Amino acid sequence: MAMNRIIVVTSGKGGVGKTTCTANLGMALAKSGKRVVVIDADFGLRNLDLLLGLENRIVYTALDVLAGECRLDQALVKDKRQPNLALLPAAQNRSKESITPEQMKKLVRALTKAYNFVLIDSPAGIEMGFRNAIAAAREAIIVTTPEISAVRDADRVIGLLEANDIKAMRLIINRLKPAMVEAEQMMSVKDVQDILAVPLLGVIPDDEQVVVSTNNGEPLILGKELTQAGTAVSNIARRLQGEKVPLMDLSVPKDSFLKKLRQLFN
Amino acid sequence: MISDFLEKLFGSREPVSRDTAKQRLRFVLAHDRSDISPQNLEKLRQEILEVVSRYVELDLDGLEFSLESDQRMTALMANLPIRRVRSNPLEPDTPVEEATDSKLELEDDAIELDEIVEEASQTADIPLD
Ligand SMILES: Nc1ncnc2c1ncn2[C@@H]1O[C@H](COP(=O)(O)OP(=O)(O)O)[C@@H](O)[C@H]1O
Ligand SMILES: [Mg+2]
Repeated sequence: MAMNRIIVVTSGKGGVGKTTCTANLGMALAKSGKRVVVIDADFGLRNLDLLLGLENRIVYTALDVLAGECRLDQALVKDKRQPNLALLPAAQNRSKESITPEQMKKLVRALTKAYNFVLIDSPAGIEMGFRNAIAAAREAIIVTTPEISAVRDADRVIGLLEANDIKAMRLIINRLKPAMVEAEQMMSVKDVQDILAVPLLGVIPDDEQVVVSTNNGEPLILGKELTQAGTAVSNIARRLQGEKVPLMDLSVPKDSFLKKLRQLFN
Repeated sequence: MISDFLEKLFGSREPVSRDTAKQRLRFVLAHDRSDISPQNLEKLRQEILEVVSRYVELDLDGLEFSLESDQRMTALMANLPIRRVRSNPLEPDTPVEEATDSKLELEDDAIELDEIVEEASQTADIPLD
């Protein structure tokens, strides 16, 4: 039997792009022919359904499955646009304490029977919700932005993952602003990578289309023409499957007038 | 020269916040990663100074003592400038005088404020792990 991949997407800090990455990565992997289930582990603050545009189709949640009120396959929301993708929704009206790590493991174990990839969207923080999210994972994707507080929290999470024996960790740097990096007003990819010392899985630029795609409930990957962020995610999905894909060139396209003059005279 | 002129003409570049961010992160991560409380770090500092001071007289104003982290490996960095070597080392338990900051105390349970840990330098490198 092919090895199933169980990957938690986590960050420590909220709002850095965990859910965005999970939704888009899930869609990209599904598009490449893998059977993918994304699990919303953010009980009480679920959003993965919205980003995938599946919010209207939820009947049961993970909690209903655990309570024996439905079968696991009944709770799964299959994506009509991409039949390889399914969502296991979190309960919205319950707290993060309403499920235990053992229960999470049970759900994931059952899902690995039918899916090649299980992606778990972790809530922010390092408390119960986080512990549930990592309980069943064999790999982790750490999402951070190039900002000092996000990197600090990512570092904390890396330490906790190591302590929980999740050694296969890779880093996504999200919302990079190349113009700011060039002006040395933002940490570069290398800066963040040096500090966190975790292998890089990919870099996603800050891209307005992310907001548009979120508004529409249509992952970037579904667009006919991929934007920069869409291409970045699609590359990440390929790297996740072992392909060697070079990092995208995110340098600012045109040199500014001043910079050109400087180069001329230096 | 000419680029100085251009800088004046077009306005000079702002100081770069990238380096500040890196430097501040290095410092805070060294502490986060080592998971040593400020109290224990201070105690450690005191005890190391005590031992070293039995053998040499230290320049207390030039002392530097801090945690640094590189590639997820944390090290204790101490820079202890020596003023003079003691020809006869002091016995343990001899009190060694140290310049103390003025102490602020609460009325009931006296809580000493932690001294600020200085930035590091590389003279002595004592790995923690
Ligand atoms: N690469 C990006 N470019 C622009 N906006 C982004 C990007 N990634 C995420 N965002 C925005 O940041 C916000 C937080 O993203 P989200 O995925 O919900 O974070 P988390 O799940 O970590 O809390 C959302 O409004 C999202 O649209
Ligand atoms: Mg989220």
